[in-house]
Parts: sequence; structure tokens; C-alpha cells
Amino acid sequence: MKIDNSTIQKLAHLSRLEFDAQGVEKMKADLSQILDWMEQLNEVDTEGVEPLTTMSTEVNVLREDVLGEHLPHEDGLKNAPQRDSDYFRVPKVLE
Amino acid sequence: MLDKSIKDTYELVIGLEVHAQLLTKSKMYTSDSTEYGNLPNTHISVITLGHPGTLPKVNKRAVEYAVKMGIACNSEITRRNIFARKNYFYPDLPKGYQITQDKGPICVGGVVPITLPDGTEKEVALTRIHMEEDAGKSMHLAGEVDTLVDFNRAGVPLIEIVSEPDMRSSEEAYAYLVEIKKLVRYLDICDGNMEEGSLRCDANISVRKRGESAYGKKVEVKNMNSFRNVARAIEHEFERQVLLAEAGVEIVSETRTFDATTGTTASMRTKEDLNDYRYFPEPDLSPVVISEEWLQSVRESMPPLPRFLYQKFMQTYQLPAYDAGVLTESKEIALYFEALCTHTQAYKGASNMVMGPVKSYLNELTLSIADFPIPVENLAKLVDLADTGKVSASVATQRLFPTMLARPEVDPLALAQELNLIQESDTASILPIVEEVVAAFPDKVAAYKGGKKGLLGMFMGEVMKRSKGKADPKVATQLLTEQLEK
Repeated sequence: MKIDNSTIQKLAHLSRLEFDAQGVEKMKADLSQILDWMEQLNEVDTEGVEPLTTMSTEVNVLREDVLGEHLPHEDGLKNAPQRDSDYFRVPKVLE
Repeated sequence: MLDKSIKDTYELVIGLEVHAQLLTKSKMYTSDSTEYGNLPNTHISVITLGHPGTLPKVNKRAVEYAVKMGIACNSEITRRNIFARKNYFYPDLPKGYQITQDKGPICVGGVVPITLPDGTEKEVALTRIHMEEDAGKSMHLAGEVDTLVDFNRAGVPLIEIVSEPDMRSSEEAYAYLVEIKKLVRYLDICDGNMEEGSLRCDANISVRKRGESAYGKKVEVKNMNSFRNVARAIEHEFERQVLLAEAGVEIVSETRTFDATTGTTASMRTKEDLNDYRYFPEPDLSPVVISEEWLQSVRESMPPLPRFLYQKFMQTYQLPAYDAGVLTESKEIALYFEALCTHTQAYKGASNMVMGPVKSYLNELTLSIADFPIPVENLAKLVDLADTGKVSASVATQRLFPTMLARPEVDPLALAQELNLIQESDTASILPIVEEVVAAFPDKVAAYKGGKKGLLGMFMGEVMKRSKGKADPKVATQLLTEQLEK
């Protein structure tokens, strides 16, 4: 499947990624390959088959509304690239 | 400024999306607390933070709350529910997707009846109600280089109530929000506090020439933190969009933010860019199947709804629409009134008692009806006492009621006797007072006979004073008139 530049641009924007010209070419080739491979699924006859939404046959795996343990504040923040004593810090996003 | 005659050639079309935070103890897909107002990033877990290898699990009560809202709005309840991932990248969404519902929302269709200030009734149709989770909270503080993120709110259960574009004025939108808030509070599924963000509203607003059947391009307005601001934003958009249309400028479908200080809206981003959420079924959650038994048990747990009580108060208790409206504003007051009416048949008197002294006492001390000291049986006795004329209405509310607040268990009749407040309604005891008054003001009597009928009020006041407020006004008026006309 052919991927054009504008599709790559759109996907890059949605994924918050940036590519240089060389990167775009490589990504185009990779994505085409992935999509071609996935296209094999089109050969399967799915007439009358309900879409599969989960791998399990279970239903109603529910939780009662009770409190569990919280992750300690310090542990929660531990892996953040940037933080202070209270908050996760991220590059400024303006709405 | 837009000319009204031009504005009138346009029709305003409004659809509202209301997010209601559910009053569960724990979050939608994990057992962290939903409590508001704690230190940042303390109500978190690996699921909330979207750590790899974690699995969500649906909160049963949140499902039941969504079903309750659906039943209240007469929606069709979807029996087999699946969840969907809505993908977007924003710092307040740790997983990179929100678990929501896309195809097959838990409630399909439905209707919310609204009453406008002039008494007009209208039905606003619902498109759907679906379950989802809230995002974290980002703070963009002035002087800060970074954005600060708190994930306490991330994962708090929400229902999103989506209306059809059925509203045609800001008054209708306001009335709709009032009704939604009343419903969620009656159902006890959301505290309905818009200022604190537990109820949030986005408005889809468009205009079209009157008579046209196609809708105009819609603009979505966000960030209105009160019902009044929703109405203001709608008014502003109406004007702005008509001005654009009149100038021949195409209206762009976009998201705009409302600024409460200026009362205007400003563009946030063009919708086309971001509107690609690439929904797909959430593979981490198994379907939630709502059986007939489950649905029935939720149905049985439903409280009486405001509309039902409103109609009942007018039909069964013969109350005016105004009374029925005031009494059903909150479930607690409505149910208290219901309880009161099982002890007295003087419904209008009971209504006056609740709308007047009871409500002002509660407001003054910011108490809820649960804290009201006078037992309902006793208040009913007071209502009856006034209704049967044993005491006057003003004695009941101004003398007996305040005393009963301090002595809630006292029998009102015994109290009235003790305070010597029983109203005199027999002619024998009132007549001497009337004669006394007539004799005391011969010149006023002459004036009255000469045509100054307005003096009756002065005579009545004198009779009431001399009887210490105990004379039945009806009997006293009759006797006075007889004496004066002699």
C-alpha cells in the first residue's frame, strides 16, 4: 500500500513525532510494508462474523466500589523525567 | 452592534454535552480514591499513571449510576457494553488514550423535559449517555516554565450526556442544565457542582436562516464554569456567528474557549486537525452485560424523580405549579413534604409552611432538611392548627414555629394554650371587643359611614391589637362590618 507524504505528516502530528526528509522516506517504506502485511487479513472471509473486541470470552469482570491502596506519592513521581515535590512537570502546553 | 431585526431572521441551534463526575468512592477502572481536594498526585496507582503491564477493571457502581441516569431519561439501555480507546496525546492523559465508549453507548436516546421561565414545557431529546474516565489536571501557572500535572482526577468516572441539537435559545439551554443537575442530584450519582467541575458543559452552537432545514457549521464552546456563563457564551456566539454570516464570512467548525471576564469566545484550535481519535475497541476490558435481573434491581433502587413529584404535587395535592416547582427543587425537601402530607391533609398550608419558615430557617443556618429539629408529625399538627383556625396563620409561623424550633417535641396545641394564642372565633368573645373599638372612635365611625370604607383596616388592626392577635380575622371582619353598617 502506497503511503503519501501528507499521510506521514498527519500521523506524525497525531503521534507528536518529527521526521527529517530522510526519516520520512524510511517511515513511508516501513509503514507500507506493515500495511501490506496486514492486508493479508483481507483474504479471510469474515462474512457473518461478529467483530472481536476482546480475546477472552469472559463478561462482567467487575470491581466493587471499594478503595484499594494508593501508590506512595514518592514512588509515583519516581520515574518522571521532570518533577518537583508535588507535580509531574512537562514542557509548557498552552491551550 | 447587531440589529435585532436582522438577528431575528436567524435561528440559534444548540446541543449540549454534559460531563458528570460520578459519586463513586473509587475510580472508573481502578481502586484509587476519587476524593476531591487532596495533595497533588496522592490518589494515584500504576493503572492511573498508565504504567506498562497494568490492566483496568470496571467499577460496578459506576455502571449502575450510568444505567440510573438512562432510566431517568427514558433511554434505551444497551445490554452488551464494550469500551473503546480514544487516542490522543496530552500530558493529562498518561496512557495516551482515554477509555470511553464509542459504538454502543450504555444509554441510547432518551428525553429530558424542561420548563421555561414562562411555564412553557419542551422536550430535549438525548443522543446518548456513555461512560468514560476523567483526565488529570494540568496547571499552566504564570511565571512557570513548565506545565504542572496532577493525576488525582485521572480515572474518575464520568458519564457524558449528549443532547440532540434541540435547543433554540440560551434560556432553553439554561433550563436543560437545571434539569440535568436536578436529575443527577435526585439520583445521588453526581453532586452537580459546576464551579468545582463535577458537572461540566460544552456547547455546540450554530446558526441558520429561519426556515432552513440544514444545520449551519457548528462551533464548540468550552470552559464555562456556571449555568449563567453557558447562557452568556451562547448569546455571544449567536451574535458573533450572525455577524459573520451577514458579512459573508464562512463560519469554521472549531473549538472556542469562553472568557468569563469579557463574555466573549476565542478560537482554541481547528477541529479538523485534532479530531482524529482513531477509536478502537478496548481489548483490556471484557464486555459488561446488563441482565434483566440487574436492570430490574437498579430500577427498584430508583428514587421518585422530580418530574413525577412535580406532577403529583399538582394533581394529588392540588398545589399551584409554583409551589410544586419550589418543593421539588431538591429531593430532600420534596420527600420531607411528602412525609408531611402523610400527617396532614392541609396540603396548601403544609406547602406554605415548608416554602416559608422551614426553608428560610434552613437557608439562614445553611442546614439540610435532615438537620431540621421539628419532627414531621409535630409540624403537621402546627399546619392543622392554623388550617382549622385554632390559631391564625401568622401566629403559627411567627410565634409557634420559632418556639417549636427550641422545643421540638412540644405539642403545638398545648403550646398555643400555654402561650394563650388560641384564636377566638366565637362571636361571644369577639363581639365585646368590636363594640369597644367602635365606641372608642366615634369620629372614624362617622367617616366610615360617610364613605371612607378604607378605614375598615384601621378598625381591624385595633381589634387585633386589643385581642392580642387572637381574634379570628374572618369572624372579626364580619362583626365589624355589621357594627359599622348599623
